[in-house]
Amino acid sequence: MAAFEEGKHSQAIPSFGSERMGAPVVAYVRIDDAPIELYEPVMSPDLLIIQDPTLFHAVDVFSGLARDGFVLINTSREVEDLHIEEAVQDLPEHHVATVAATELAMRHIGRPTPNTVLLGALTALTDVIHFSSVIKAINDKFSGDVAERNVAAAQAAHDQAHAA
Amino acid sequence: MLQQIEGSAAVAKAVAMCRPEVIAAYPITPQTHIVEGLGEMVKRGEVGSCQFMNVESEFGAMSTCIGSSAAGARTYTATSSQGMLFMMEAVYNASGMGLPIVMTVGNRAIGPPINIWNDWSDSMSARDAAWIQLFVEDNQQAIDVHIQAFRLAEAASLPVMVCMDGFILTHAYTRVDVPEQEAVDRFLPGFQPRQVLDPEAPVTMGAMVGPEAFAEVRFLAHYKQLEALGLIPEQAAEFREIFGRDSGGLLKPFDAEGKKTVVVTMGSVIGSMKSVLADMRAEGTSIGALSIRSYRPFPSEALRASLADAERVIVFEKSLAVGIGGILAGDVRMALGGLPARVYSVVGGLGGRPITRENLRRMFDKGVRDELEEPHFHDISMDVIRRELERLKSMQRPGPSAENILRDVGLVAAARTI
Repeated sequence: MAAFEEGKHSQAIPSFGSERMGAPVVAYVRIDDAPIELYEPVMSPDLLIIQDPTLFHAVDVFSGLARDGFVLINTSREVEDLHIEEAVQDLPEHHVATVAATELAMRHIGRPTPNTVLLGALTALTDVIHFSSVIKAINDKFSGDVAERNVAAAQAAHDQAHAA
Repeated sequence: MLQQIEGSAAVAKAVAMCRPEVIAAYPITPQTHIVEGLGEMVKRGEVGSCQFMNVESEFGAMSTCIGSSAAGARTYTATSSQGMLFMMEAVYNASGMGLPIVMTVGNRAIGPPINIWNDWSDSMSARDAAWIQLFVEDNQQAIDVHIQAFRLAEAASLPVMVCMDGFILTHAYTRVDVPEQEAVDRFLPGFQPRQVLDPEAPVTMGAMVGPEAFAEVRFLAHYKQLEALGLIPEQAAEFREIFGRDSGGLLKPFDAEGKKTVVVTMGSVIGSMKSVLADMRAEGTSIGALSIRSYRPFPSEALRASLADAERVIVFEKSLAVGIGGILAGDVRMALGGLPARVYSVVGGLGGRPITRENLRRMFDKGVRDELEEPHFHDISMDVIRRELERLKSMQRPGPSAENILRDVGLVAAARTI
């Protein structure tokens, strides 16, 4: 929705599986200046958002990541403490970031929903979408108090990721 | 107006703008979001005087649709997979009575093994139910073809299924142009039923017909479908005039003209194919594609005209007639009878198996070298199958195959990560 605000074409496809709490889930996004006709899963992402770092032990989340790709991880720990050196050591500088998105979500939104928070942090890492578009998208999707809280959380994540 | 919305929301908006008077539906994944969206719109009073009927099952849904359509109301429903099987008797009745109901099929596999993901097994199971079946390639077409479907159904006095790939389209958030109500009203006039249940002027709908006239009534069903072959392109042309978009129609070639090899398919997979085939053409291969948009009625003549000079036709489909091969391939062969093209049947994407540019490229490369076996099962693991076949032969009680294979695949997947 943020990319749409910028006049770009985008496609979001969730990957559904057995609906169990705690099961690993994947969702894909494509953003392009041209219309998107592909519907295959994204297998070589330019950008990887990892919502739960415990997945490092269960799934090869870095599979197919572009050599100059970006990684954003939802964790209160530092990258160095995550034991993922091998996977990220060849990425360019400033391409890997962490943000304590769940904690920020709890503080601002009151629920463990790190989605909008991670989007805020993402715009500090790359300019594929702009922070102002994320705010617009949040305000399109939500209204009133919920929108305000999500915007505050995204702002905090954006600032935190910038500082990192 | 351009919007970034889920495919199901797009369909719900399109259906609402068609001013349905009765919607009767039962939820089933992956179609549920469509009728949920419509239910909310009806509740908010955004769909005129439309009645949303909560029913106890899919059989109840289609039976209610039959009743409301027979009473002269513009009627809509949606289903998927096992839900369609459960309503099947009523599905045949709807077309037999000539009732212009529109139904979205969020295409999903039929179990067992139970599977919620996309293939075309559900709508294919109703391919002979005398409904019109239109396939869409993306969510813009999903909007546009639903609007065309109501008009087509009412003009032909036949029910229409709009088939869209479950999850791949129903759950994808993409940019779509949601038309203005005024434009939809211009394209789609109010429903003028050809027959109405009216206590003042009683008629029998669905009379019993014996051997003396059954064949004639069935021929009429066939004839009405052939008539629809003329209506579908006419309406697509009128739609283009009002909305400025090329949606619907019988079929759509993509760089197929004059090509030695033409890939024939339906639905959303054409998007990935276009990209692979453009690469192959750039490397000098004479290859194009053709997407069938009206599966029933089947556009045999238009297909013959498009493929008259092709040497090789590769039919790719997400459906399997167990015991023979591809279903669409059979239809294509029948349509192309007497023409020189060799027709290959490729079955893939079953139960939501991802169809990727990479595996498509491998299959097309084999195809242009005439190395595809008959039928060809796309991206299938023969190792897994061989192991289960050995178990079946060697053990007295090998257990259920689906569970055995799942265990094997789990082992294989785990071994790969070590």
